[in-house]
Amino acid sequence: MSFDRLREALPGRNAWILVLDTDGINVWCAAGKGTFGIDELVGRIEGCGLKNLVNHRQLIVPQLGAAGISAHEAQRLSGFRIIYGPVRAADLPEFIDSGYKAKPQMREKTFTTAERLALVPVEVVHALKTLFFIFPSLLILGGLVGSGLRASATMGLLDTAGLMFGIVAGCIFTPLLLPWLPGRAFAAKGIPPGIACALLYIFVFLPRYGISLGTLAGAAWLLIIPAVSAYLAMNFTGCSTFTSLSGVKKEMRIAVPLEIGATAAGVIMLVVSRFFF
Amino acid sequence: MGKLVYLRNVVTLGLDAEKCSGCGMCGIVCPRGVFEISGRKATIVDRDSCMECGACALNCPSKALQVRTGVGCATAVINGMLGIKTSGCDCTIDQYQTVTVNPAATGLDRG
Repeated sequence: MSFDRLREALPGRNAWILVLDTDGINVWCAAGKGTFGIDELVGRIEGCGLKNLVNHRQLIVPQLGAAGISAHEAQRLSGFRIIYGPVRAADLPEFIDSGYKAKPQMREKTFTTAERLALVPVEVVHALKTLFFIFPSLLILGGLVGSGLRASATMGLLDTAGLMFGIVAGCIFTPLLLPWLPGRAFAAKGIPPGIACALLYIFVFLPRYGISLGTLAGAAWLLIIPAVSAYLAMNFTGCSTFTSLSGVKKEMRIAVPLEIGATAAGVIMLVVSRFFF
Repeated sequence: MGKLVYLRNVVTLGLDAEKCSGCGMCGIVCPRGVFEISGRKATIVDRDSCMECGACALNCPSKALQVRTGVGCATAVINGMLGIKTSGCDCTIDQYQTVTVNPAATGLDRG
């Protein structure tokens, strides 16, 4: 795919393309893992006999591969001078024509709404898989209403829907609204959409099925849905283009206990509300 | 829309101005605009934007930069703690690796 993108970006240009094998992983992730790395690069230059194919000794490497390659080491080992190209292949013609000069915006990775939207389906599918595994316990929780199998199953499905409101908040609304949500930690950003979705669930969705929750059950969902949303939002850090491991670890030290605590408290409140009210 | 920035004052990036030769490589490879090069010296102008990818340290010929690198991904950290070896993106790198340029370690230092 990268190869095709690159060819598309260079219509009418006469150039050799050296292809590194990253097992189908994109250049940024492969650079982080080392598959798009100096060993592969230098080995591939030798393996292809690149020195016999071209009379120059210059190689344009995508900038996002720089986390896996050391330009000066690669030059020492292969004899080729490494020039870091722009982040996006589409900027390559302008980059080459300007004598290998990149404008500042060519050097920075963006994270536009469209780019974030593209990641939403993956996140939703991931979350739904987890939901599938906890679905049986939701049916049991539904069984606590104790007024027949049908009512229990309905309750279980409605509970599942409640968690789906959390998924919508954390996997769809949070990524889309990311730049405008308050706070810097992703978990914090997941809370406002979580509260909004919890209110929708309690006051709009459930009444449609003739259910109006008591204070305790309502409060339970106001804990559970934002907690689920915050957890899923936190997991969006890996998809984003601006988080660091140090930051993620700091965020998780605070957020994970709160998320687990809120969810546990919510579930207990829900159980209690079904036993005693 | 301004630049998206993560948590403040957490990043492990360090620059040794004494060693810096002002070659500008860090400014070229950084996808976050962390560096500015002026007067033959690089300076960190936007530390909080750094995502610890390690490209600058790896590409610094004078070893003036140091950063503990890793993937800023909560899922990878969780998977690492649970001992799961694969995830959706096949990333479980939750441990810091300090970027050092050591040619002997690449096994290619024969020529």
